[in-house]
Order: sequence, then C-alpha cells, then structure tokens
Amino acid sequence: MTESPASPVAVLRKDALPRTPNMPDYGAARRRFDWRDARAALEGFVGGGLNIAAEALDRHVAAGHGGRLAVRFVDRQWRRHDLSYEALWHGANRCARILSSLGLGRGDRVFSLLGRCPELHMVTLGALKAGLTFCPLFTAFGPEPLHTRLSLGRARVLVTTKALYTRKVAPLRAGLPHLEHVLLVSAAPAGLPEGTLDFSALWAAADTSFETVRTAAEEAALLHFTSGTTGQPKGVLHVHEAVVAQHASARLALDLQAGDRYWCTADPGWVTGLIYGVLAPLLCGVSSVVDCEEFEPERWYRLLDEERVTVWYTAPTAVRMLMKAGTDLAHARHYPELRFLASVGEPLNPEAVVWGMEAFGLPFHDNWWQTETGTIMIANYAATDIKPGSMGLPLPGIDAAIVRRLPDGGVELIADADTPGELALRAGWPSMFRAYLDQEARYRACFAGDWYLSGDLARRDADGYYWFVGRGDDVIKSAGHLISPFEVESALLAHPAVAQAGVIGVPDPIAREVVKAFVELKPGHAGDEALRRELLAHARRRLGAAVAPREIAFVASLPRTRSGKIMRRVLRARELGLPEGDLSTLEGKA
Amino acid sequence: MTGSLESRVLALLTEVAPDVDAALVLPDVDFREQFDFDSMDVYNFAVAIHRALGIDVPERDYRELSSLSRCVAYLERARIARTSSSST
Repeated sequence: MTESPASPVAVLRKDALPRTPNMPDYGAARRRFDWRDARAALEGFVGGGLNIAAEALDRHVAAGHGGRLAVRFVDRQWRRHDLSYEALWHGANRCARILSSLGLGRGDRVFSLLGRCPELHMVTLGALKAGLTFCPLFTAFGPEPLHTRLSLGRARVLVTTKALYTRKVAPLRAGLPHLEHVLLVSAAPAGLPEGTLDFSALWAAADTSFETVRTAAEEAALLHFTSGTTGQPKGVLHVHEAVVAQHASARLALDLQAGDRYWCTADPGWVTGLIYGVLAPLLCGVSSVVDCEEFEPERWYRLLDEERVTVWYTAPTAVRMLMKAGTDLAHARHYPELRFLASVGEPLNPEAVVWGMEAFGLPFHDNWWQTETGTIMIANYAATDIKPGSMGLPLPGIDAAIVRRLPDGGVELIADADTPGELALRAGWPSMFRAYLDQEARYRACFAGDWYLSGDLARRDADGYYWFVGRGDDVIKSAGHLISPFEVESALLAHPAVAQAGVIGVPDPIAREVVKAFVELKPGHAGDEALRRELLAHARRRLGAAVAPREIAFVASLPRTRSGKIMRRVLRARELGLPEGDLSTLEGKA
Repeated sequence: MTGSLESRVLALLTEVAPDVDAALVLPDVDFREQFDFDSMDVYNFAVAIHRALGIDVPERDYRELSSLSRCVAYLERARIARTSSSST
C-alpha cells in the first residue's frame, strides 16, 4: 500500500539559503501563526468586508505602485506584452463595467474559456470587482464537459474566443438557456457569430474607472469544477475570504517576496493556474511572467533565463518531460536569479526533486492541495529540509491528520507514524470551500466532526512529513488533472456500439496515469481496430484530448457487482497484475 | 517522395488523434489551432513516428511537430541526415 520512497537522497538539508525566506523558522512560524494576523496583512473595507480583486489591484494602485509590472505575456514570436498594475487595474475596471452593464448582479456567474492571455486576467479581476462569481474553464475540454459545467454552473456570461466558441460551444448553445451573453475576444466585428458580442469593442469603449463592490468576506467569489467518481462534476465554491489564505500561502509556501519575477506554468482553466497563476502574485505585489504557448523544453529554459525568473511553480509532468529532454539542455542557459522551485499536481517522484539540483542547483519543492482546500495546505518550504518524495509539512495555520473512517460516520485519528489512512484537515481555514454547488449532501459527506476528509490516502512519518499513498476513490490523476471515470464512461456509452464501459487510470512514466477504457460491445459489433479508432475519435470529439482515453481495450464482459455496478478496482488489479482483493460481491463469484 | 511521407505522417497523426479528418488538415497551420492536440498527444505522436519511420524525435525538437508542413520538412531532413551518415 505504502509507496516506497526509494529516493536517491533521503534528506536534502537546507544549510545555505540563497536569500532569507519569508519564513526562516518553520517551527516558530507555526507556533505564532494566527489567521487574524494573516487577515490584518490585507486591506479589507472599512466596516468589514473583503474583495479578492481589491486586494490584488486596488490596494497596490492606491499605495502608488501602479507603475510596477504586474504581468508580462510572452507570445509565440517572443513578443512581450506588459501590463502594469495600473494597466491591469484599468482593464479589470472596464470588464467590471461591461459585466455590470449587461444587467448582472451579485452572485451571478461569469465563465471564461480562454487560454493564457491578458483578457483572462482582466475578466477574472473584473468579475470579482463587480461582485460576480467567476469560473474558468479549460480550453482542452471537449463540448460535453463544457456543456455540463456551463449548465451546472448556470453561467449567465461566457467570455471566450471565436474559434473556441464556434468549435465547442455554438453547437450546444440551444441547451444552455441560462447563458444570456457570449463575449468574444478579438473577433472581427463582421464575422461575429449569431448571439455573440464583441468583447474587444465593448472593452475599448468602456470607462477605466470602477468602484469595487464591497463584498462581504463570506460572499461567493470563485467556482471551480472538479471530478468525482460518480455522478456529475462538483462545482466547488469559494468565497472572498479565501484571499487571506491565497496571500499567506503564496508568501509561506512559494516564498514570494517584493521584487520577485514569478512564473506559474499551470493553465488558468484549472485551480492552480487561477489561484497561483493569476491571483496570488498580484496579492503579493510581485511581477509574473506568462507563457502564451504550450510546453516546449527549449522555450521554457529560455524563458527562465531571459525573463530572469526568481520563483517557478510548475507540475510533475512538465518536470519529467524536461528530465527526458536532457540536463545538457538546461545547462545551455543560465539562471543566476532563480531562487525557488515548486511543483504541484501529483506527487513529484524523488528523482525529479533531486534532478532540480543537477539542472538548476536547486531542489523542487513539492506541495499538496485540492480544489476544495482552495490553497496550498501541505508543502516543502524554502527553509525546511526536503525528504524527496514527501509532500512536506502542513502550512502554519493548518492542522492535518491521518484518520480512519468509522462505521458510525465519525473518524478516529491515527497517531502511529507511517500508518496509511485518509488525509484530513481541521475545518475552518479561510480558503476552505463553502459548498458543492446544489449538492448539500455531497458537501456534508466531506466532513466528519471537525475534520475535512480529503479522499486522498497518505501517511505521516515520525518527523511529521506527509507522504501521498493514493486516491481513496476511482478518480484518475493524469498530467495533474483530475478526471472522472464516470464522465468518460458516459461519453463512451453514448456510442451505439458500446454496451458497457469501465474506465481506470493506468500508470504512465510521464503523466503518472493515463486514461484507459475497457469496453463491452453490443451484440453484432466486432472489437476490431477500426472500431477502436472510431471510439477514440468519438471520445476525443466529445470530451477533448485532455479527458478522453488514450487506450481502449475490448473485453467480453466487465467485472460487476451483483447490483450491476462496474468494479473499476478489479479492472485496475487485473491491469496491474495485482491480487483482485475481496471479490465476494462480484457477479458470478458468490 | 514528399507526398508519400506526408500521407504517412497524416496516418500517424490520425492514429494518435483519430478525431482528426486527414483530408481537412491545413498543412501550414499549427495542429493546435485546428483541433485539440495536447502535449501528451505530441509525445505519443513522436513515439509513433519513431516506431513507424525509425526516426527519433528528441523532446527539444517537438516544436518541429507542430504543423504538417513543418513536420514533413523536419522528417525529410532527418532522413537525409541519416542516409548521408550511413553512407560514409
């Protein structure tokens, strides 16, 4: 059960640090930490209330830092497009005006389907300023996941591009009655599809001033969808108070400091890309770099070098791809100002942590959190020793534990070191999710007494370091994204040849897991190469490349419980050649 | 020669991304602008090229696989390099 660390180095000691970190003494910081102090480090509104965008922009502009570089976008031709804090503030104000003029009110939901571009930052902050709830969507989603999310989230406005709209949203528009306005970025006015508005024209005409809505700390701010094992994706709702933990965690776990040039490689369609790509650097008042292009080793090294990146937050899949591309490629560039490397998405293997030393003279700092937790919860810090393969130590202000669920619905704490159990967090931190949209029972099921139950299995060693063991459910973690087997199975079942489908994650050296589907065909269909390709194509068209299976296998019959439920656990065991476990409920075995 | 290489490349592309209609692929436009093609697809495309054509595409050259014409030109060069090095 326990993943053996098998690290080439047991502990990476932190003797000499390149610069004094924000948290030089973890133990002392943990003892002293109080969320009220973290809240006091922000501005807030006179008489109470908080707004994430006010802390990210208004506060810095009012303090005279409007001229500071907020974000630099680097496009394919290496053209740099710079936005100062003031320019981004103006841009966000224009967006807030546009959204308000469309008749949207507090709590209405604005969605984006955008890659890495200035408009994404402006719309995010503009929606928050206007007191609306903002939800980013991933551009690699196919029409089906997009429709599900827009529909469950009752999106009233969608901001996207003409190409994405035409390809993925327009065919489903009729099934989205709540979606009143679609705003297209940089569309030629002549070519506007029916039922859309020209965002760029509205933006250019809008006034640059806007008074940020004085939202209450407990008012909804952000919505992110995450995948569950069964049923529809869950809409994870966060409130403006999350800003307290967004700011504190970026200072403590990413060590963001004045003057930093920060690069977060995550896509803004996922929670990391939004919280730590868009919001956290602004909250800390630093400058960030955004690469508008997709992953490419030489380009990434050039960006680290030429943009003089100091703090870099990336993902295990990317690190492993860089490792494959060879360390000599890393050594062809220089990174004298690079100070801190961090990684999130899935556990970073020990070799990758140590490879950072070889390539950059710096280790990668793995950390752990979930959409539900809203911000980093467990991390390796600038000043703490690293045990490669471990997710690290709980953030100051966060109480973590390993627990066992009891039949009565409660939990018991596992005090013994190195004993696997479910990773739990004491409820009540500022960025804790406040709801699964419209699914109160599912939300309540995540808590037992004082504890939030993460669904991740982990163990804690004698030094208090946490180690990821596995998922407690069937959710697939591929290239840092959570994928619901249910969503993939449903798409396959929509194909006329498919009788049943069971979907699991199978190990992959680059992506950690890739999606594999086992398909049972209806009578009269042959599981040949042509049908295999047809099903792959069908799934990719509906789900998008990031979610669709990479492998399909035909089986005569899928393992089922007597009640007819497909046992993914058995599929996984068979695939990996492991014992199949307790099969007493398996159909035909009892 | 180029014609046959192009059709082989298209066959490999649609093996990785069977949702793509080979007849509609625009040669000079990036794959990513025409259809969904993520970094895992690029990786699998490179693996397929190696298997079918015996040409190893290192990660640093993945950008050469970003459009059909770029990809064909790159593989042509790789073939010529291989032929000339094996004949000396």
